[in-house]
Amino acid sequence: MEMQTITYAEGILSAFRYLLSTHPEVFVFGQGLWSPWYVGTTMTDLDKEFGKRRIIDSPVSEVAVTGAAIGAAMGGYRPIIVHPRVDFMMLAVDQIVTQAAKWTHMFGGQTNAPLTIRGIVNRGGEQGAQHSQAMHSWFAHVPGLRVVMPATPEDARDLLIASVLSDDPVLYIDDRWLYETTQVVPPISEKKLSVQKPKIIREGTDCTLVGSSYSTQLCLDAADLLESNSISCEVVDLRVINPLDYETLVTSVEKTQRLCVVDGGWSNCGLAGEIIAGISERISPGTLLARPIRMTLPDAPAPTSKVLEQVYYCKPEQICHRVASMFER
Amino acid sequence: MLLEREVISDSRNLANGHYELGLFANPDALHEAVDITGQDTRLLLQQLRQMVLIRKAEEKIGDMVTAGTIKCPCHLGIGQEAIAVGLSTSLRSTDRVFGAHRSHTHFLALNNDVDSLFSEVLGKVTGCSKGMGGSMHLIDKAHGFWGSVPIVAASVPIATGAALAAKMDGKGDVAVSYFGDGAVEEGALQESLNLASIMKLPIIFVCENNFFASHMHISQRQSLNSTIRFAHAHGIPAQIVDGNDVVAMARVAKEAIERSRDDLGPFFIEAVTYRWRGHVGPREDTDVGVKRNEDLGRWKLRDPIQRLVGALEMFNHLKVNDYIKLESEIQDLINDAWLKAEDAPYPEHHALLDLVYFDSKVK
Repeated sequence: MEMQTITYAEGILSAFRYLLSTHPEVFVFGQGLWSPWYVGTTMTDLDKEFGKRRIIDSPVSEVAVTGAAIGAAMGGYRPIIVHPRVDFMMLAVDQIVTQAAKWTHMFGGQTNAPLTIRGIVNRGGEQGAQHSQAMHSWFAHVPGLRVVMPATPEDARDLLIASVLSDDPVLYIDDRWLYETTQVVPPISEKKLSVQKPKIIREGTDCTLVGSSYSTQLCLDAADLLESNSISCEVVDLRVINPLDYETLVTSVEKTQRLCVVDGGWSNCGLAGEIIAGISERISPGTLLARPIRMTLPDAPAPTSKVLEQVYYCKPEQICHRVASMFER
Repeated sequence: MLLEREVISDSRNLANGHYELGLFANPDALHEAVDITGQDTRLLLQQLRQMVLIRKAEEKIGDMVTAGTIKCPCHLGIGQEAIAVGLSTSLRSTDRVFGAHRSHTHFLALNNDVDSLFSEVLGKVTGCSKGMGGSMHLIDKAHGFWGSVPIVAASVPIATGAALAAKMDGKGDVAVSYFGDGAVEEGALQESLNLASIMKLPIIFVCENNFFASHMHISQRQSLNSTIRFAHAHGIPAQIVDGNDVVAMARVAKEAIERSRDDLGPFFIEAVTYRWRGHVGPREDTDVGVKRNEDLGRWKLRDPIQRLVGALEMFNHLKVNDYIKLESEIQDLINDAWLKAEDAPYPEHHALLDLVYFDSKVK
């Protein structure tokens, strides 16, 4: 099979098509699935291609729909729940955190809820505090819930498939700012989610940049800019943030001896701090040549005004500036 | 008397906005023997045996909580045995039943497995949830019990999804969702009723209205005391039933279950009963709610077991000594099961991390 160039959005769409064609137990459930907008072309015409019995647009009921997907998953199906914005998904936190993530453990491994919850980060455009959140750090805190954050078109496609085929509940978070990103990708392959780990997606020698989802792309852009300043950055894409495997991260930091973590969430008790802590615990004292850096959103809700939006979201230039400061004497 | 009961239980009457339980809520009513006319005696004796088994198991658990042997929170269903026993008569093992915090009765009505219940409340690996769940997290999928959880109304949408899976399977299996009168105050329940109705799912919603959510009487929490108004609001047919009458309960449940098996959609049963013990633990908690101290003794005269015993004795299906023998036989069984559970091993330490993910190939 040939390599081909696809966008991130096409990767998601082709994953849905693949799953629905090859796995009859898969169905999709959520709000907006019959709407003509198809969440940014990632689900275009699935309802027409696979029918309204498998692509089910739902009442405005996040709790019942999530719970129903858990129950259907226990009954042998592989439902995918779609939340066009993460903000609305949070109405269903009990079902995700206290139900889906717990049932296997508290029932002694005798049941499981293999549903996939697709939460979409949809930021910018003056959407403001309640339409822009990225709550992955919250969810990654919860044992029993696998949290997937694809940064590339290949992962957007193959990790969605792996999520749905996983026997555990999975929160799959994609970011609309990535939808036009392109990549030359091999044909689809079914991967086992439980063995997916962080990956080095750009090699370097002077500093390790760590990201997930959109922040990985920021890291790649920053690495390009820093290269012209003769700073060679290694970019590690986390891909799966719960459970988290540190092996690649530790190896990279032991090599570069500098660390900058970029995250699209807030700082306090967030993913960036967790990565720094997790690596710090595993490396020898003295490994780092500079203080580690975390770059996150300011600890404030998302603003609406475009002037404030401009300063709210992290840009590659800011990463460059901070990373370059590690090399100042 | 019979006429009055029919009038009150007539859903059309209630649909006129008079969602009051009337006679069903009167602690001085419905003390008489249940009507067993035309019923299969063998089935009645089996149901009696199950109710006594559940009663004695709950009493044993209560005693062991008092003794300090059981540490996990136990919500006892003493006095509410007829609901699950009556309903389970029409279930099959491929159906999917979900419970809540007060679910020992639902569990035992399907499997009579006091051994695995006792082990579970003690946190033993021989328990139904391998010692990982305790009283509030029971499961027995082989007998159709898919799980119970104590977050109020949380299992209702999950049961609704299990019904969706059953509908997709097309084999006529149904889901049963047990919850209490407190759960109708949760949004999760309202969303689930709407979803089940619009998708025409094969699910029986069973509201065990025992008038209490923790320490609060229903009159302190809701404007009307019959919960079937929520079923009607969502276009779901509903029936109020005397939850302490195993025969009536079995009859109403049978019709509801057969209807759902025939793909005619959901049904809502409001089974009126009374909580004899406290919200949690074996005490009677007569200092909470409204008039509980005054009412409890009268409610105990609506005992589902004694009302069936009375009927069986009236028709000579049971002699006085027969019931005493049954009680003592079951008490022995309970005592033996308890000793066995106390002797059983605890989970190994590695269970703590091994069971986090079903796909256990990764830590």
